Amino acid sequence: MFDWMTIHKKLFNKLLFCKMRNLYSPLLRHFSQSSLPLHRNTNVQSAFCTQQNVQECLSHINQEVSSLGLPTVWVELDESSDLNVVTVLNCMYDLIQLHHRSLRTLENIEVEQLKSNSKLDYLQLSTTRLKEQLECSKRENTGLLERERQLQQKVKSLQNCLKNEKEEVQKLQNIIASRATQYNHDMKRKERDLNKLKERLNQLLADKKERKQAIDVLNNIGRADGKRSVWKTEKTEAKHEGEMYKALLSDYDARQRDLVLENAELRKVLQQMKNDMVSLLRLKKLTQNGVQNQCNGTQVEEDGFDPSKELFCVHACEKLTNSLRLQWRRLKSHVEQLDSQGIETVPRESHEEEMDKLKLEVQQCKDLIQTQQHLLQHQLNSSCDEIASLRNDGYMLQEKERLRGEWKTLEEQRSIFDRERKNFTEAAIRLSHERKAFEEDRATWLKHQFLSLSPCGDLKKPLLSDTTGASSTGVCLFLQRPPVDISTSFEICISTGGKNTQMPRSKPAYCGIKCH
Amino acid sequence: MNFSEVFKQSNQLCKVSPDGKYLATCVQYRLVIRDINTLQILNLYTCLDQISHMEWSSDSLFILCAMYKRGLVQVWSLEQPDWHCKIDEGSIGLVSSRWSPDGRHILNTTEFHLRITVWSLCTKAVSYIKYPKACQKGLDFSRDGCYMALAERRDCKDYVSIFVCDDWHLLRHFETETQDLSGLEWSPNGSVLAVWESCLEYKILLYSLDGRLLSTYSAYEWSLGVKSVSWSPSSQFLAIGSFDEKVRILNHITWKKVAQFEHPAVIDNTKTVYKEIEKRPTVTSDEMSLHNITVASSLFSTQSKYEISPLPVQIPVVKPDPDRANPKIGVSALAFSSDSRYVATKNGGFQVHSLNWHRSGDSLTLIGKDQLCLCYMDTEQDDK
Repeated sequence: MFDWMTIHKKLFNKLLFCKMRNLYSPLLRHFSQSSLPLHRNTNVQSAFCTQQNVQECLSHINQEVSSLGLPTVWVELDESSDLNVVTVLNCMYDLIQLHHRSLRTLENIEVEQLKSNSKLDYLQLSTTRLKEQLECSKRENTGLLERERQLQQKVKSLQNCLKNEKEEVQKLQNIIASRATQYNHDMKRKERDLNKLKERLNQLLADKKERKQAIDVLNNIGRADGKRSVWKTEKTEAKHEGEMYKALLSDYDARQRDLVLENAELRKVLQQMKNDMVSLLRLKKLTQNGVQNQCNGTQVEEDGFDPSKELFCVHACEKLTNSLRLQWRRLKSHVEQLDSQGIETVPRESHEEEMDKLKLEVQQCKDLIQTQQHLLQHQLNSSCDEIASLRNDGYMLQEKERLRGEWKTLEEQRSIFDRERKNFTEAAIRLSHERKAFEEDRATWLKHQFLSLSPCGDLKKPLLSDTTGASSTGVCLFLQRPPVDISTSFEICISTGGKNTQMPRSKPAYCGIKCH
Repeated sequence: MNFSEVFKQSNQLCKVSPDGKYLATCVQYRLVIRDINTLQILNLYTCLDQISHMEWSSDSLFILCAMYKRGLVQVWSLEQPDWHCKIDEGSIGLVSSRWSPDGRHILNTTEFHLRITVWSLCTKAVSYIKYPKACQKGLDFSRDGCYMALAERRDCKDYVSIFVCDDWHLLRHFETETQDLSGLEWSPNGSVLAVWESCLEYKILLYSLDGRLLSTYSAYEWSLGVKSVSWSPSSQFLAIGSFDEKVRILNHITWKKVAQFEHPAVIDNTKTVYKEIEKRPTVTSDEMSLHNITVASSLFSTQSKYEISPLPVQIPVVKPDPDRANPKIGVSALAFSSDSRYVATKNGGFQVHSLNWHRSGDSLTLIGKDQLCLCYMDTEQDDK
C-alpha cells in the first residue's frame, strides 16, 4: 500500500510534469516564459535588487511574502543584517510549492476549458443537426397537413356524391314503386276483364238460345247528303286515295304559302335592319374620320346586289345574314368604342344641335320683337297726327248720324207694317165670321123659304141672332126687305180694311135665289 | 238573368241538338224532346230499358238511345215520330254506341271490345271491325267527318287503322311505335294524327294522314307521362298536359316545344289570380289559377265573390296518395280558346269536370260537380 502510494505519487508527479510540458498551454508557456527571464538573467544584475537597496528589497520581499500568507523572511528588529538562510530557503520552498499548486490549478482549468470547448462544439453540431431535423419535420408536417386537407375535401365530395346517388336511388325507387302500382292496377283490371270473359263464355256455352244480332228498321232512310250510295270498287278506292292525297297536298300548300309569306316578311325586315345599320354606321364614320371611308366604300359595293332578283337564292340569303351579322358586329364595336370614350362625343353633338335650335329661336324672337316695335312706333306716329284723327272722327260721326236716321225710318216702317198686318188679320177674322154668319143666315132663309112655300104659310120669324156684326144686319135686311141696296153695305165693310176696291154693283147672284 | 223551372234527368244525359233548336233529356227510360226557346215538350219517346247513353245525330234529325245492359240501341226520328229503329246486339253485348259523322251509321262497341259493328241506317248493312283497342280514347273522327282513326291491338302490337267514313273503306293500316297506345286525336285540319302512349312513358307520336310518322316527342323518361292532349283550333299548336304538372306546347312546323307552362304551388309570375271567397263557411273555397287572364268578372255572385289576390299566392295543395294508380296529380284538362289565344288548364285534384270555351273566345265555362262558373276575358281595346 505504501509502495503503491509512493509510486502513485511519483507517477502522478511525473505525469503531471510531462503533461505540463507536453500540453504546453499558451498560458503555461507564457507563464513559464515570463518566468524564464527572471531565472535566465541571474548572471546579469536584476533590476530589482542591487548592492545598495538590499534592505529595501528585503523589506519589500517581506511584505510580499507576508501578503501571500507565508512567514516573513527577515525580522527587522534583528541587528544582524545577515539573512536567515533557513527561513529564506523555507520561503523559497513555500513559494515553489505555491507555484506548483497554481500551475496545477491552471492545468486543471485548461483541461476543463478544453473539455468545455469540445462539449460546446459537440453541442453546436448537435443543435445544427437538430435544427435541420426540425426543418425537415416541419416540412413533413405541412405536407401531411396538405394531404389531410385534400383527403378531407375528397371525403366531402364523395359524401355529396353519395347523397346525390342516394337521392337518385330514392327517386328511382319512387318511380319504380309508382310504375309497380300502375302495373298492378292494370294487371288487376285485365284479370277482372278476363274473369268476366270467362264467365261470359261459360254463360254462352251453357245458354241454349243464342240471341242473334238484328236490326229492325221501319224504313230505310236516305243518305245525309242525298246522293245514292255507290258500290265499293277499285275505282272508289282509288278515288279515296286520291282525295286523301289531295287533302294532304292542299294542307302542305297552304302551309308552304304561309311560310313563304313569313319568310318574305322576315327577309324584308332583315334588309331594312341592315340598311338602317349601314346608314347609321356611315353617318358615324363620316363624323369621326375619313380614313375609314375606304372600307365603307367597299361595304357599299358589297351591298350593291339587287335584292329583289336574288332573294330566292340560298346564297343571297346567306349573304344577307352574313352582311347583317357584320354590320351588327361593327355597330356593337362602335357603341363599345363610344362607351369607352366616355359620354363626351354624344352629348356634344346633341348640345350643338340644341344650341343651334336655341339660337334660331332667339333670332326669331328678336325679329318678332323688332317688327312689333316698328308697328308700335308706327302706331304712335300715326296717333300723333291729330287733324287726321279729327277728320276720322268727323267721318265717323256723320256715318253714325246717317245710320241713326235710317234706323229710325226703318223702325217706323216696321211699326206701320205691324199695324197693317194686325188690321189685316182682324179683317180676315171678321170676314170669316161674317161669312160663317152669312152662310147660317142663308141656310135659315132657305129653310124659311121652303117652309113658307109649304101650306103652313106665314111663319116669318126673325131667325138671325143679334150677335152678328153690321154686315150681317145688312144681309138680313136684304133677306127681309129686298129693295134695300146691299152694295153699299158691302162697300162699307170692305173700305174699313183699307182697300178701296169697288165691289161690282150687281145683284149678289151668289145667293142663288132670285127674289120675286 | 232568368231561370227556367227544374227538369228531371238521369245519368247526366241532357244534350242540345247540334242545330241548337232542341233539347233532349233522358228520364229513366223516357226520352223527352223540348223546344229550346219555349221548353215545351215536343216529343216523348219510350225506350225498352233505362237509357245509358244518348246522342244526337249531326244533322239533328235522329237521336240514338243506348241501353248497355240489354245490349239494345234505339233510334228515334224527330221529323217522323212514328219511325222507329231498334238494333239488338244479341248475346255479344254492348259497351258503347255512337253516331258516325254523317248521321246515318251507328258504331257499336261490343263487350270486351271484341269488335265494332257498323250499322247502316240507309241500307241495313253491317260491317265489322275487329280488334279495336280498349283504351282511353281509341276512336276519333276527323273534324270534317271524312276519316275515322281507330286504335287496334293484334299480337301484342298496336296498330292504327284509318277508314273513309263514306263507305267504311280501310284507307291505311299501320303499326305504331308505341308499347301501349292510350289515345289518338286528329288535328282540326285533318292532316295530322296525334297518338300518345299510356302514362307509364311520356311519348307522343305524330302521323300524317297517309300513315307516315312525322315526328316523336318525349319530354322525360321514367316518370308518369302524358295525361291530356289538346289541339289548338288552327292546328298550329298541340298542348300536352302531363303528370309532372306542366303543359308543353308543340308547334306544327318543327314539332318541337315552343312553350312550357308550370303549375307551381306558389304563384308569383302571372298577371292576376282570382280567388273565390265563399260566404258560407261549410263549403271549402275553390281556388283556381288560369294563365293569361287579364280581367274576369263572375256572373253568378249570389253566394260567393271573386277578389284579386296579391302575388305571391299560395295554392293549397292536397298531396295525392302515391300508392294509388292513376294519381290525381298532373294536368288533366286542357282547352284552347277558339282564336287560339288562350289555353285553360286544370291541374291537380280540383273539382272541375270540364273546361269549355265560348265560340267567340271571350268566356270560359268551368263546370264542377255541383257548380258552374263563367269567366269573362277582357277584350283588348282597339287602340292597342
